[in-house]
Amino acid sequence: MRQFFTRTRGRTRLHWTDWLTYLYLFAGLLLMFAPVLWLVLSSLKSEAAISDFPPTLLPYTQKMVMLADEQGVQKLRPLFLVQGADGKPHQMVELRRIGIIATMVDAVHPEQQVKINIKLRTPVREVSVATGNYTGLFAKFNFLQNLNNSVFITVVATLITLLFNSMAAFALSKYRFRGQQTVLLLIIATLMIPPTIILVPAFLIVSGVGLFNSLWGVIWPAVATPTGVFLLRQYMLTIPDELIEAARMDNASEWRIYWKIVLPLSAPALAVLAIFSVMWRWNDFLWPLLVLSKPEKFTLQLALNSFQGELTTEWHYLLAMTVITLVPVTLVFAFLQKYIATGIASAGVK
Amino acid sequence: MSFIASCFFNLFEPLFRLGQRWLGLSRIAWLFVAPNLIIFGLFTFLPIIINFHYAMTAGVQIMPSQRPFVGTENFALLFECRDHFDLATCNQDLFWKAISNTSKFTVLQVILMMFFSLLTALVLNRKIIGRSFWRGVFFYPVLLSPVVVALLWKWILQKHGLLNAGLLAAGLDSREWLTDSGWSFFWVIFVSIWAHMGFYTLILLAGLQAIPREVYDAAEMDAASPWRTLYRITLPLLMPNLIVVVVLALIRAIQIFDEVFVLTGGGPGSATTFIVQYIYQVGFAEQIHLYGLAAAASLVLAAGILVLTLIQLKLSRAGKHGSKNGSKQER
Repeated sequence: MRQFFTRTRGRTRLHWTDWLTYLYLFAGLLLMFAPVLWLVLSSLKSEAAISDFPPTLLPYTQKMVMLADEQGVQKLRPLFLVQGADGKPHQMVELRRIGIIATMVDAVHPEQQVKINIKLRTPVREVSVATGNYTGLFAKFNFLQNLNNSVFITVVATLITLLFNSMAAFALSKYRFRGQQTVLLLIIATLMIPPTIILVPAFLIVSGVGLFNSLWGVIWPAVATPTGVFLLRQYMLTIPDELIEAARMDNASEWRIYWKIVLPLSAPALAVLAIFSVMWRWNDFLWPLLVLSKPEKFTLQLALNSFQGELTTEWHYLLAMTVITLVPVTLVFAFLQKYIATGIASAGVK
Repeated sequence: MSFIASCFFNLFEPLFRLGQRWLGLSRIAWLFVAPNLIIFGLFTFLPIIINFHYAMTAGVQIMPSQRPFVGTENFALLFECRDHFDLATCNQDLFWKAISNTSKFTVLQVILMMFFSLLTALVLNRKIIGRSFWRGVFFYPVLLSPVVVALLWKWILQKHGLLNAGLLAAGLDSREWLTDSGWSFFWVIFVSIWAHMGFYTLILLAGLQAIPREVYDAAEMDAASPWRTLYRITLPLLMPNLIVVVVLALIRAIQIFDEVFVLTGGGPGSATTFIVQYIYQVGFAEQIHLYGLAAAASLVLAAGILVLTLIQLKLSRAGKHGSKNGSKQER
């Protein structure tokens, strides 16, 4: 009975505010996803099609036919639609072009050549996916290297983050030691210090320890996340101390207790932190921008940035690169959205 | 995988047993916090101290010992103006331009961000079909990297982009969105809201869902109008979350860099140059790296953030619940 009343506020028909609600939601769907969809569709267009204006929704390319010219050279040649003398459109193939005059032959009867102003013809196009944008990335650019760098930084930094943060969280939740409150306070303090205000000296230290232009220079400063320590500490506080006492009775070392008891029991919180860490490191920009100055050390984000600076015209490659960069994050989103939401809801507001 | 894990375990076990014998049970905790603390110390606390040193020394040397002490000269340079009412006459006019841009951006962006994320959270909190799907829809852009977000919109806003095509199809004039200073400022705000709104929506939605259903039932019994319910029940009960969200949004807006750097590069001219980009340019991007000036500018930024943080502490103490920083905070 109660269920019945709370649903759609006791009315059986949709109230006008419900219509408004769904209108808002669908507008949001369009605004949030259409740009990404447009990016993906655009990245499938050939170099010529990408500069078309107004743009088409689907990727088209000009249709090509295999045809021999009068010398008998077999070649793929572009197909056009030309208004014939009879007023009907004919499909014609371009043999060669000088200035604005093209020499063309009928696709069906290639004996007779005609010279046609290029303004009087329209290209015949077909939907086709330009996979060359993607394969070209690997062939023409150092893209694989950039991808490797990003994956390396993300994976290694996340593993170290999980290890270091869980160790600190374990100490802060399962021990009572002198200086505990100070350590906790220091970590709270780092939450309040945004990395942007210590760029210069942090850069000095990274180059001072010889990590300038090294992937480790991106990894080390990032692994001790205060957020992670908090998230894990809050979770570990819920693990009953009796378990640990019992293990100590059995003469287990502290490291064994941490590794074999506390870590497995904290798996849900570790999963949340892992997801966050992967996204932070994958998306990092400003810090890698300072530390990595050699193109072969660039992460994907840096490569994208430098690529768009140099070659504004080569959008077809840039778009394909952007799509590849957003694939992992989209996969995380599709499968792990629930964890992220709980992570933010529980750690963001407590 | 489990083999590697057990190797790792065996590697450290004797070390900790030894530590346990030497330090005793309670002090072994230091062994566990040490890695984290060393990293914090090296890359966060030490830099804070060095930052002051940098701000008070000059020159292009990066090693602190080789830098001549100049006292407050860097700050004096930042604040040196022929006419203090006309920021264009300042020695570092870009710094002041960046500060005024950042203030304008922060105020506008946070107000709009709050409006839209609250509206979205309220909509998502209604009785709708497939709430977690819709929540995901608004959250998706939060996960995208700033560079991807910027390129996505650059592609749409460019001269022969989707937006101009749409405008032409509707019979309107196309524009150069990113080379007009007013429009580029608008798009910087728009894109940053588009990219981050979902995060704040999620926090507000969690707050809304924590409001007990009975309160609304009681309001319905008393035949309170929807607006009255919103102003008298929802907003007051949501206040702790709203404070957190406003302050988080402020602190993040002040530090805007990534998206803008890729989207407009701070241009046209200096129309969208913000304070972090100024620090980056002075300290790292230009031919002569003026670390001292960059450090001084970052201390000015730090002062701004400190004020905001103190306001947050005061406000959240005034509110019932204690609050913590959001978990999407970088690093």
